[in-house]
Order: sequence, then structure tokens, then C-alpha cells
Amino acid sequence: MIKTVEELNQTRLRAKEELNRYDCRILVCSGTGCIATGSNEIYKIFRELVKEEPNIVLEFAPHDKAEHQRLVGVKKTGCQGFCELGPLVRIQKKDKIIQYIKVQPEDCDEIFQRTVLGDEILERLLYKKNKRHYISPDEIPFIAKQTRIVLENCGKFDSESLDEYLASGGFQALQKAMLTMSRDEVIEEIDRSGLRGRGGGGFPTGRKWKQVARQKEPVRYVVCNGDEGDPGAFMDGSVMEGDPFKLIEGMMIAAYAVRAENGYIYVRAEYPMSVSRLRGAIAQLEDRGLLGENILGSDFSFHLHINRGAGAFVCGEGSALTASIEGNRGMPRVKPPRTVEKGLWEKPTVLNNVETFANVPKIILEGAQWFRSIGTQGSPGCKTFSLTGAIENTGLIEVPMGTTLRQIIFDIGGGLKAGAQFKAVQIGGPSGGCLTEKHLDEPLDFDSVKKFNAIVGSGGMVVMDEHTCMVEVARFFMSFTQRESCGKCVPCREGTKRMLDILERIVGGQGKMEDLDTLEELANMIQTMALCGLGKSAPLPVLSTLNTFREEYLSHIVDKKCPAKICTALRRYVINPALCKGCSKCAKFCPVNAISGTVKHPYSINPVTCIKCGACKENCAFDAIYIDA
Amino acid sequence: MLDESYYRKTDEIISRYVRDARSLIPIMQDIQAQYRYLPGELLSYVAKEIGITEAKAYSVATFYENFSFEAKGKYVIKVCDGTACHVRHSTPVLEALWKELGLSKKKHTTDDMMFTVETVSCLGACGLAPTMMVNETVYPSMTPEKALALIAQLRGEIL
Repeated sequence: MIKTVEELNQTRLRAKEELNRYDCRILVCSGTGCIATGSNEIYKIFRELVKEEPNIVLEFAPHDKAEHQRLVGVKKTGCQGFCELGPLVRIQKKDKIIQYIKVQPEDCDEIFQRTVLGDEILERLLYKKNKRHYISPDEIPFIAKQTRIVLENCGKFDSESLDEYLASGGFQALQKAMLTMSRDEVIEEIDRSGLRGRGGGGFPTGRKWKQVARQKEPVRYVVCNGDEGDPGAFMDGSVMEGDPFKLIEGMMIAAYAVRAENGYIYVRAEYPMSVSRLRGAIAQLEDRGLLGENILGSDFSFHLHINRGAGAFVCGEGSALTASIEGNRGMPRVKPPRTVEKGLWEKPTVLNNVETFANVPKIILEGAQWFRSIGTQGSPGCKTFSLTGAIENTGLIEVPMGTTLRQIIFDIGGGLKAGAQFKAVQIGGPSGGCLTEKHLDEPLDFDSVKKFNAIVGSGGMVVMDEHTCMVEVARFFMSFTQRESCGKCVPCREGTKRMLDILERIVGGQGKMEDLDTLEELANMIQTMALCGLGKSAPLPVLSTLNTFREEYLSHIVDKKCPAKICTALRRYVINPALCKGCSKCAKFCPVNAISGTVKHPYSINPVTCIKCGACKENCAFDAIYIDA
Repeated sequence: MLDESYYRKTDEIISRYVRDARSLIPIMQDIQAQYRYLPGELLSYVAKEIGITEAKAYSVATFYENFSFEAKGKYVIKVCDGTACHVRHSTPVLEALWKELGLSKKKHTTDDMMFTVETVSCLGACGLAPTMMVNETVYPSMTPEKALALIAQLRGEIL
């Protein structure tokens, strides 16, 4: 039990000593991505290998270790970031770290014998780029060009172990806040740091805390929004899995500052691992006395609860989220009163996103000035992004606010996938928009991106190449928001439905010129009249593509063509007479008898009867059938 | 009619929580985790036990996409159709599964109650798009061929 500050200091010191005793640590990435590629299996194999070796001791066993024995730890870490190259394994010997990529079960024994027991480096498992082999993860351009604050610990130690978190300096910030700062000073420091809500809104965090702190009502709550719903975004999930203690420490500092005794973390249903890691972390903290009554012997008590979402995107909206925790339908309500006045159970509530809370400990520790020295004037600090789509290096990244798209996509992301041509990058998910070539050198922060009909949002970044149809992308997002509309207000419920109808008609080849005006009119109406953020931002993907890719809409409507050849209804299957051998196979497979010809002479497809099912193309042995835009 | 064991199990689940409205969602989640769907009779029973109206319980259950009043298959396959998966061509994966299992946009579960195919907006493994999840396991970098191979493998487990 850690009941006093001295005990906390001692535990931390002991944990540090224990950590230094390791001769070698095998750090296996256990982010959602790497687990999907099989990292749990790798973890098990390494544990078995270590156990079988008589001269090696696994884990802390202070009294069992004989002089000749070596201490080798096998640990599950948070997301190491480079998701596409998983399973990722790091071998750490004191200060030296070797990063192995794409580790398969059959590689484990060799790694163990030659790198863990011996001192060799297995070249074939290193990351290679431009004929160079990279040994240390920090040298890999993908990682070297990032600045990691929130993701600082991810990949460095066992994300499930409180001791390892303490050893890395965990809970020093809470300690500093509780011992040396008054509650007002904590809020003041956060306010001065200029930290803004990382969930997408960008509202100043310090101001929010201040508003809660000055309410008359003595019962307050701290709620963490972990309902990361934007498709194509997985930053918050990675933080919850990869560094659950840091998130909790941030929430505790908030609770201390606003005098809250209870906190809730609302986690998305699709993140079972975040739930189990957070539960494990809470159990350890309760067990050791760092959560519960009279923390560190003070009058500060804090209890933390977890709520799992149930598959409603709209619950990422503040008032819908609190309604869901209360056990109601997750529908937003009219504001004011705002969440800071009447939030959860109508009590003043600090509601922040995962990444926002995870930024707090370091700000308290290093000070507002330090935080302000990173990022831009209006948006200090860093931002995490999940980099996905048609890009070479997909994964989880963190960069200072104000970094340009070009730096993110080309320097860190390694550019487009081989042979692909950059077309656009979609940021901010269903509430965001597309940025193109001409925006590549614009610095990204909360305020700059708004000018281009997009938002930084929570940080999903999907890179698109010339094989992406922008009208189809707009339809895709509209079908998402339409499905997720809670139905409470008419502009969103009916408006998104009508916009979706029009977009479906356009990709189906039935679009009319006046549809574009109607789309803009509807978009304008929904933006101004919808009740909550989901509705207000729903038209953005359409407006932004209409703005930047209007010619694609026109090709669909006027020429009845899809330049990216994606929209099925607008495809035109054509037989290349130079390649066709006249075997008649396609004609046999055509379900509507649209193909005709004479054997041994080139066949042809009647575009009027063709239903664009693609059966002919699939079955042609000579690749003679192609899709014409 | 559900047999007695369902109610006993539900009692056990309810006993883990405070008996009021705030526990409705976690209780329904636990029941669904147990039976892979939410039997209507149990929902009425829970409402009575935690002191809320049936109408309220029903309104909450129908609001959230995760709750299903229909029994699901032994293997619930969620094909991710998030942005990253969508642009890396998740639709052909979904269509291949539908075709193989005789399912469609309207029909989600096979008659033998073995497979349910659904789409999900994001599984959070976008770096490995397109992905899909079978029960709680995420499968990366899917193609129609890999999806069909997985179905064959799962069928093998059944036989």
C-alpha cells in the first residue's frame, strides 16, 4: 500500500532499481495492429524460451537470482507505432535498443540465441530503406521525425505494469500538483499552457476546468471521452492500451484541481483491449492505494469507473456521452446549460478527450512555458495522427502542431505507396474534409485547417491516391453520418438522408446538374440548424469535395463517367480486340447475354444490356477486358 | 419461452451492479456477451428488477447498434468499412463473404446459425487495412481470397 508521499517515492526508487537490474528486455508490441498480425504468439514463445534457459531468470525475482544468472524480461508494450511492419519486437540491453520488424514465430529462437544470449544483430529483421539498415528505432525516419509527448512511453515499457510506469517517473506530476500547488495553481498552469481539447473541438482545457471549479454545486465529475468513433482514427485507442496509467494520472490531476471524487472513462465498444488494460490499471492503483479514499494521505479521494460504449457514434458528443453513462439513449441535448455547468447527472463536469488528459501530467511536470515552446502560438503542443490509406508507412504518429502535411505524408509517412499518385488527404473523418496538393505546405493546427473547409478533428488522416473517387468518398461519409444520426433534430435526420439520396443518385449515374445546388443548399441548412456537432459537421466532406473536386462531380453528372473507375454503375466494360482471341468464354459467363461475336474473332459487349457485374473480366484468360472510365 | 437457467444467469449478472437505470447498459452488454444476443424476455425482466419501465429499457436497447434481439451466429464476422479500409478496398471482402455464405445487406446470419456477417465503422487497426474481426480476434490485410480461406478454416473447426 502506498499511503504517503515517502512510500510513493520509495516505491518509485525500488521500481527503478529493479528495472536497472535487467540484463536484457524483450519488448513485444501489443497494440491492436501487432496483435492482429500475431504478436501475442511471439510473446508466448519468448516467455517459453526464457523459461527453458537455466541461466536466465524471467521477471523480478530479487532473491532467486544467483550471481551467474541473467535477468531477461519479456514485456508487452503499447503501440510502437509502425503498425504495418508488425509484429514489432525491440530488444533492449541497457541503453541499446534494437528494433526488429515483421517477426514471425520461426524467428524467435534465432533472435533469442543470437541477439538476446549473444550480441549479434539479425540484419534480415531490421528496417531497411534506401539500402540502409536501421538498428535503433529512434533512427528510423518514421520515428526520428516525430516529437512524442503523449506517445512518449508507448513501446518503451510494459504498459500493464504500474511499477514500470512509476520507474519511468509516473505519478510525479500528480505528486507535484498535490504537494506543491494549490488547486487554482494547477488550473492556472493548464490554462497558461494553452492546451486545447484534442478530441477535435479545440476548446481551451484550462478554461473548461476553471468553469467547473467555480460552480456552486460541490459534487463534480471528471469524464474521459474514449469513444473514438471516427472511422480511420485509432490514436485514443492506442493511448488507452499503450499508456493507461498516464491517462489516469491526467484525470486524477483534473479531479484534484476541480475537487471531483468520481471519474468515468467512456470507451468505445470496438476496443475490448483498451477496456481490459484500463481495468487492469485501475485494479492495480486501487490495490496500491493510489485510487480510492485519501490518496497519499491527503483529503483527496478519487474513484474511477469504466463505461463501455454500445455502438453509437453520436456518443462522442459530450451531452450524448453523459446521457449514455446515465443509462439513457445517447442523444445530445440543447445547450446551454453546458457540460461544465450541468453535465453528468446534472452536475458540473470536466469532459475531456483521452489525448487531452494524457497531455496533462507532462505539462504539470515541465510547466506551461515548456509546452508553449512546442507547436504554434494558437495551438501549442503536439498532436497524434493515425496515418493510413495509400501511404507507404501507415501507423500512429505524433508531431508538433504546425507541422506541414508534406512533412507528415512524405518525410514521416514515406510518401505514397509504390507507383501511386497523391490525390488528397482526408482529415477529421466524417466531420472533416479533404486537403489537396495545394495545401501540402500549410502548417496544420486547429485554426489553419478550418480555412480550407476541413478540421484537424481527432486526428484521423487517410491518404488517397488516383484510384479513389472523391464523389464516392463523399457518399461514403454521408452514409456513415446518416446511419449514425440519432434522429432527434430534423435538419440532421432528414437533411443527411436527402443529401445521401442525391449522392447515391450521382454515383449511380442518375445525377442532374441542379443536384449540386440542392446539395449546397442542404449542407448550408444542416450546418446552421443541426443540434449537435455531428449534424453541424456532417456536410463538410461533401462541401469540401465539391469545392476541390467539382470536376469529378461534373464528370459523373454530365459525362456519366467516373474518372477513378470506382463507381460500378458508371463503369464501361470493353473488350480489347487486339487481345481477344474469340474464345467465347466471356459470352458464356455473361448473365444477361450482353456479349456477342463469332468464335475466333474479337467479341464485343453491348453497353446497354451490360449490368457491370464484372463476370466477363474475371473469367477472361487473356486479360482482354478492361474498364473504361 | 426461455428456460429457468437464463433467468438465473441474468440474476447473477444483475447482482454485479447497482440496481438502477445507470446499470441497464452494462447489464445488457453482459447478457449479450453470454448469449450473443439480447432475448426480449430478459430485457423485460431486467427492467423490472432494476426498477425502470419496459418501454425505457426497450428504447435504450434499440438505440444502440450493438444490441440485437435476434440470435447471432457462432462466429460473428465484422468487416471493417472504416475510411482506411474502404479506400483499401474492403467492399470486395464483404461481397465475397456474402456470396460464399448466402447472406446480403438484409440477411445477416446463416440458417445454420454458424456465421453472422456485419460491417463495422472502424476497428482501430487502420494501419493494416482492410481488416475484419471474428468474435474478438482482428484479422489484418484481408483480401476476398483470405476471407474465404478463413471461412473454410472455421467450417473445419465446426465439423
